[in-house]
Amino acid sequence: MTTQVRRGLFAAVALAGLVATAACGGGSPAGEAPKAGEKIELVVKTFSKFGYTELYKKYEAAHPNITIKEENIAQLGDYLPKLQQWIATGSGAGDVVALEEGILVQFMAKPDNFVNLLDHGAGSLQDKFLEWKWKQALTPDGKTLVGLGTDVGAQGMCYRRDLFEKAGLPTDREEVGKLWPTWEAYTETGKKFVAAAGKDARFFDSAGNIFQNILMQQGDHTYFDTAGKLVIDTNPGVKAAWDTTTAMVGADLSAKLQMWGPQWNAGFKTGSFATIACPAWMLGLIKEQAGAGLTGQWDVARVPGSGAVRGGSFLAVPKQSKHPKEAAELATFLTSPEGQLAAFKAESNFPSSPQAIDDPAVQSFTNAYFNNAPVGKIFGESAKTLKPVYLGPDNQAVGDRVGEALLALEQGKLDAGAAWTQAIESAKRTAK
Amino acid sequence: MRPKGGHAKRVAASSLRSRMDKSVSPYIYIAPFFVLFAIFGLFPLGYTAWVSLHDWQLAGDSTFVGLDNFAALFADPDFWNAVANTLGMFVVASVPQLLIALLLASLLNRPLRGLTFLRMGVLAPMITSIAAVAIVFSQLFSRDAGLANWMIGLVGVEPIDWQADKWSSWTAIAVMVDWRWTGYNALIYLAAMQTIPRDVYEAAELDGASKARQFWRITIPMIKPAVIFTVIMSTIGGMQLFTEPLLFGQGELSGGSLRQFQTVAMYMFQQAFEEFDYGYGSAVAWMIFILIVLVALVNFLVSRRMSGVDK
Repeated sequence: MTTQVRRGLFAAVALAGLVATAACGGGSPAGEAPKAGEKIELVVKTFSKFGYTELYKKYEAAHPNITIKEENIAQLGDYLPKLQQWIATGSGAGDVVALEEGILVQFMAKPDNFVNLLDHGAGSLQDKFLEWKWKQALTPDGKTLVGLGTDVGAQGMCYRRDLFEKAGLPTDREEVGKLWPTWEAYTETGKKFVAAAGKDARFFDSAGNIFQNILMQQGDHTYFDTAGKLVIDTNPGVKAAWDTTTAMVGADLSAKLQMWGPQWNAGFKTGSFATIACPAWMLGLIKEQAGAGLTGQWDVARVPGSGAVRGGSFLAVPKQSKHPKEAAELATFLTSPEGQLAAFKAESNFPSSPQAIDDPAVQSFTNAYFNNAPVGKIFGESAKTLKPVYLGPDNQAVGDRVGEALLALEQGKLDAGAAWTQAIESAKRTAK
Repeated sequence: MRPKGGHAKRVAASSLRSRMDKSVSPYIYIAPFFVLFAIFGLFPLGYTAWVSLHDWQLAGDSTFVGLDNFAALFADPDFWNAVANTLGMFVVASVPQLLIALLLASLLNRPLRGLTFLRMGVLAPMITSIAAVAIVFSQLFSRDAGLANWMIGLVGVEPIDWQADKWSSWTAIAVMVDWRWTGYNALIYLAAMQTIPRDVYEAAELDGASKARQFWRITIPMIKPAVIFTVIMSTIGGMQLFTEPLLFGQGELSGGSLRQFQTVAMYMFQQAFEEFDYGYGSAVAWMIFILIVLVALVNFLVSRRMSGVDK
């Protein structure tokens, strides 16, 4: 019997968690000032790759009483619910948490859950960040700063040189960039590639991923208007991005891989797709998945269309931290121009600080794995002219529903029209 | 025998103690279970009911809405889709599972070489980590490089995108569930079969009953309690099915692009922890409870009828 019970355990734990989360909402303990010289452990919660390992060592060396422990969750989708629970229950969030821009909005709705960084001297740091990046984490009244910017998701288009060569396409990144000034031109290039490559490889990884990139170039908001109202069915930008994407699926350019799944991960190595729209933060992931054997085969060209930011994060200090002062100091250090430079060198996370972007170390930085691509220059070109896109509170969940509709289209379960209806209806139910 | 006052008092006291011991201590002995059950079983149950009557958002913002969550639930196509998926997968998984378990048990009930090894062997899947099971099976049923597609390819069938359709995803998940639980059920049947006296079979043999007839007319009726137990247990497990479909869908709570294999437990989790609607999630949790009670009741009645004459 116990074994059968164990089968239901996950659900039971979920149920208990449900109750616990609801029961403990509210109050969080105020921090107590530590005595001088006391040993302090600061816990930093991150997702994906932040590239802070060297910075931690440096910080610990300069602050002998502090040890830093990073707790990382690989995927943002798994990180978000955990973070929600930690914040809601008032425990578990540690001392510094990473907030991705897409989920920042929902946490900004309750700034009281976080330490106001302006109380810890962050006010003087404003000119160290791109203006819009600074404002994203500032409450509308300008009195509370929830987070300090880390990176911006400056865009590039990563491609496989060997596959391009086999398909008779240019491999030089300047020439490759010229192949696709627009997404339409990208689609045409894709058709040529697929015609040459046959069944072995498709042009890009998944419709959901491409769609997200096109969408982020369509103006200052996406599924939600700036008042937080769901406008997925009336915002022409969403439909334009959708139509461009479905045309690509119609031309059989997609490898139809579910993003983050094992086959998607394997695809970087096996070559089931030749290009992938890659925000700066994805370079580290590609390198890891493709492996040393493909050094120099992946390269980075400019992204089709003009500019666009996708992703990019902030560091915040939850109110529940027992050491808010030390945590704020650590967050300030990690997001400083020097900190952003180090993260850029480690994982290509593109800086959100103009000082760091202009730094010769970034401008002249080349990534050896990506055929010595001057990633600092490629991403830097667009980063400073980027305009922020407002993402609503339910952005993540609505985005998931749209991604599922695109997957159904790729699976051949729905045609483009039915998939669009499906996307809108399930988005409305999700955002209710 | 010295009738002294003090002694009499002591006798009275000790008899009181022994009476107390008899009447009270049994309750103390079983108390730990009930205390734990009250804390971890009853309280969450009641509290979930309370939460389900609220519009309960993140960080404890809540307003009392009465039965609104349940009203919304009854009109929610995604919920009913999840219910249908759960019941469908339960049938697809449990029926072959219990039949194969019966067959396996009757084989193991014969004198075979290496019997203990075989009996232990059927339990091996149980001690395998469920996450490992799900990862391995997801690979087997992967679209581009899966073993399942390779095998059907040998007989000339086109590769199947297992996650794209209801029937294919249900089949894959049912295989996963059955691989894990068939051996467990087989052992329960085996234990029950071994309590059946040999002479019953000998008498049947003398009367000329075939092996198959003996199985259906003697074995099955005589292990009826075990059958009912396994049916109810698989019902509870089946209605709460969560990990297998979740990992089959690469961790997506939606269970497929069109929710092809989203179970009610996944839907509950999605509402509560992805969309942060705790009230609605709790309402779903209660519906799972009611669903289990209903289905278990039906199964109990059916299996009692099927496995022999009522006594």
